[in-house]
Amino acid sequence: MKLGILVNEGPYTHQASDSAYQFAKAALARGHEICRVFFYHDGVNNGTRLTVPPQDDRNIVKRWSELAAEHKLDLVVCIAAAQRRGLMDKAEAKRHGKDADNLAPGFRISGLGQLIEAGIEADRMVVFGD
Amino acid sequence: MTEESAGGTVKKFLYVNRKAPYGTIYALESLEVVLIGAAFEQDVSLAFVGDGVYQLAKGQDTKGLEVKNFSPAFRALEDYDVNKLYVDDESLRARGLTAEDLVVPVEVVSAERMAEIMESQDVVLSF
Repeated sequence: MKLGILVNEGPYTHQASDSAYQFAKAALARGHEICRVFFYHDGVNNGTRLTVPPQDDRNIVKRWSELAAEHKLDLVVCIAAAQRRGLMDKAEAKRHGKDADNLAPGFRISGLGQLIEAGIEADRMVVFGD
Repeated sequence: MTEESAGGTVKKFLYVNRKAPYGTIYALESLEVVLIGAAFEQDVSLAFVGDGVYQLAKGQDTKGLEVKNFSPAFRALEDYDVNKLYVDDESLRARGLTAEDLVVPVEVVSAERMAEIMESQDVVLSF
């Protein structure tokens, strides 16, 4: 089955991102395809490479990056939600005259159309939120 | 459920609005998805349940909050061919509201009918 995933909450405060990750991993292990993981609302914060969780805790951002690298996942961060929350890639930082960028490897920034497109393309769209 | 049209696949999208318009950003960002999504010419419906019914309440004044009152945008949905708005009857009545208190015409539905509406969708995005 072709799956789309929407993550609506940031890392650590809510379980949504953990659940989405576990679901994605389990689905891939069972041979399902994930056409896109879309990060919206505070979910965009799953894409910052500047998180430094305690060493004895899971690294949520790194885990997504690694899963993306292993399975060629398309991790998309909503541009409008990201701009509000200070998440940007190099191109965005340059465009807005900011002195830093923080998008983690394996993530890309794009528009809400990518969410709708995933809904159209996927057999099932699964939402993880609060 | 899914239809193929000349322009490609047309799916039934339902946006479920569960949160009050202010206090969190869910309502505003949900509306942003609806407006962007309209360009994809899908079969779109909106549901309002729980505190989500407050999103449609008339007379919202957000000056003191220093945030934008986005409720007028619901009146623009018609221009985007989004005109299926379902409001949960019980949620509305529990908050002392009626359809007349809302900024746009809606269909007030029972919980059972709402469940049927949800069941008939291809994609359900809840905010």
